[in-house]
Amino acid sequence: MSYFSFHRLWAMVLKEFIQMRRDRVTFAMMIGIPLLQLTLFGFAINSDPRHLPTAVLIADQGTFARTLAAELRTSSYFEIIEDAHSEINAHTLLQKGDVQFVISVPIDFSRKLLRGEKPEILVEADATDPAATGPAITTFKYLASQAFDRDLKGPLARLKQQPGPLSFNVHMLYNPENITQYNIVPGLMGVILTMTMVIITALAITRERERGTMENLLSTPVRPVEVMMGKIIPYILVGYIQVTLIILAAHFLFHVPMIGSLVLIYCVVILFIAANLAMGITFSSIAKNQLQASQMAIFFFLPSILISGFMFPFRGMPIWAQYIGKCLPITHFLRIVRGVLLKGNGLHEILPELWPIALFVTIAMTIGVKRYRQTLD
Amino acid sequence: MSNVLRPSSDVIIDVKGVTKRFDGKVVVDSLDLNVRRGEIFGFLGPNGSGKTTFIRMLCGLLTADQGEGTCLGYNIRTEQLLIKRNVGYMTQRFSYYEDLSIRENLDFIARIYQIKNRKEAVEQSLVKLGLQDRSKQLAGQLSGGWKQRLALAACLIHNPKLLLLDEPTAGVDPKARREFWDQLHDLAGDGLTVLITTHYMDEAERCHRLAYIAYGKLLAQGTTAEVIQSTRLTTWSVTGPDLVQLSQILRHKPGVEQVVAFGNTLHVSGRDSQLLESTLSALKTSSHQWAKIKSGLEDVFISLMDTSEDNYKSK
Repeated sequence: MSYFSFHRLWAMVLKEFIQMRRDRVTFAMMIGIPLLQLTLFGFAINSDPRHLPTAVLIADQGTFARTLAAELRTSSYFEIIEDAHSEINAHTLLQKGDVQFVISVPIDFSRKLLRGEKPEILVEADATDPAATGPAITTFKYLASQAFDRDLKGPLARLKQQPGPLSFNVHMLYNPENITQYNIVPGLMGVILTMTMVIITALAITRERERGTMENLLSTPVRPVEVMMGKIIPYILVGYIQVTLIILAAHFLFHVPMIGSLVLIYCVVILFIAANLAMGITFSSIAKNQLQASQMAIFFFLPSILISGFMFPFRGMPIWAQYIGKCLPITHFLRIVRGVLLKGNGLHEILPELWPIALFVTIAMTIGVKRYRQTLD
Repeated sequence: MSNVLRPSSDVIIDVKGVTKRFDGKVVVDSLDLNVRRGEIFGFLGPNGSGKTTFIRMLCGLLTADQGEGTCLGYNIRTEQLLIKRNVGYMTQRFSYYEDLSIRENLDFIARIYQIKNRKEAVEQSLVKLGLQDRSKQLAGQLSGGWKQRLALAACLIHNPKLLLLDEPTAGVDPKARREFWDQLHDLAGDGLTVLITTHYMDEAERCHRLAYIAYGKLLAQGTTAEVIQSTRLTTWSVTGPDLVQLSQILRHKPGVEQVVAFGNTLHVSGRDSQLLESTLSALKTSSHQWAKIKSGLEDVFISLMDTSEDNYKSK
């Protein structure tokens, strides 16, 4: 007997190829997962986000204020979505996350500019995600300083001298020190829950089928809803333990501020856990074996971290990717957790993010229960 | 929970024309079957003949495409849930939780069936099957014989009226099989009805009645004697020298359908007894002892299978 035989090796290789070909889903995933990653990293992700929604409050009637607003409009970094009518209105927009910046031009802006008094522009930024705000603010300062170059001619040219005709007052709201952890740690709650909940339940029913225990269950009087709920409830508990661990770590280890109500987090997190469990159960009812089920879970997990706004700024992505992102429950959950913890949002502010999750639960659960049969037909 | 059977329920299984197709292929072909209370009914047939599919239709796991009938007095198409409550089904493959102990498995099943005095019922079934010393052992660590005991205990825990056993003794040693069958007869004595599939002829002979199916069709039904009678198979035994050569000669002679070697004896069978006899008389020599014997069940089944295979192929 030889120690190594190419014939035997070839026999193994050949057998693996045959098995690979038989398991179509696995094969599709082997192609699909790289394609998904290529698409997401190649087209969707952009760490230099542009077109950030911005509200502008202009109190000054002078020409310079108008020049500034026009300059902002032409910049690719800012998308002026709202000429905010009042300060309160502007702050609500920030609080809800509808705008990333509020730029306020003071009442005597043009006059002060001409007098060389360096009028102050107030920039308030939603800094929960420092990555999303940093480059835009740098750009804004540059833009604003250059905006009046054409207007400042002749005797006014002296105003152009360093350090420029304006001064800036930048308020990094919700995360003034630009601490990345403040954004990441609450976000991790969504990622950890997605990862564990989807995978665990995706395997749950496939395991029963693979081990043959499903046939036995089906021959007893137990109903599909009982099986489903029986599989979900223990993991809701596990989910709550995870949430508690993350909150404790966020507070004691990372000193993440917790401005909003933890009770509110605990109340809404069940909806998010349910969404992931329902997704897992649905995978479980589609997959033929545990390998397929875990691959489907990965297929779901990848976009959940990449295009949900967890790793990369949500607004940095092209519109189509944002639409896909909005279909994922984690996208909405991230906004809720960050909103409540960092901005102190209440139920009213998070409602727009709650109903998409509820819708997701309903759809996933319906598919799951429909696909789970009480017979083997 | 309805444990009350419907009146006139001495016939436990009563189905007519039951048919099941998978992807257009007929797996069970208009089967009629009657099983009476307290009977151990053997269900025999080659692999893939539709036995498991038929059992699954009886206990509500599959819905018949055609055919009507009752199981325990409940309609097999519309009252599957009621049937499930009163039937104990033991799957071909061990289908309890390997990562649960024996007691935990029994307890789980007992809860699913909402058994009153659950703890007592679990304890009793552990004692009855001699599992109490192993109650904490994980089911996955059990040997084949013990797994089979656990499975039987689990499907008896809710006091079913009918046991459906799908090859329960495959891979179980002879002693354990003997004990298993003794137990089945005790249970049947108490009024439990058993429908069991098997490939073992000794087990088939321990059934009160038998049915033989091949390619989804019921080919014979009745007691062992009736089934043997119905095929009209004649069998001769031959002993003597050079049996290998003799069997090769015999195999192609008219009227000879089966030649089987049993150690130093050959069994030669055929359905046309006159043709067989005339063929054999031409070959009879003084060096061999020839004797006409009773056909065995196995000879009968192989004969049934061969003939049905011919029909199947000629279609």
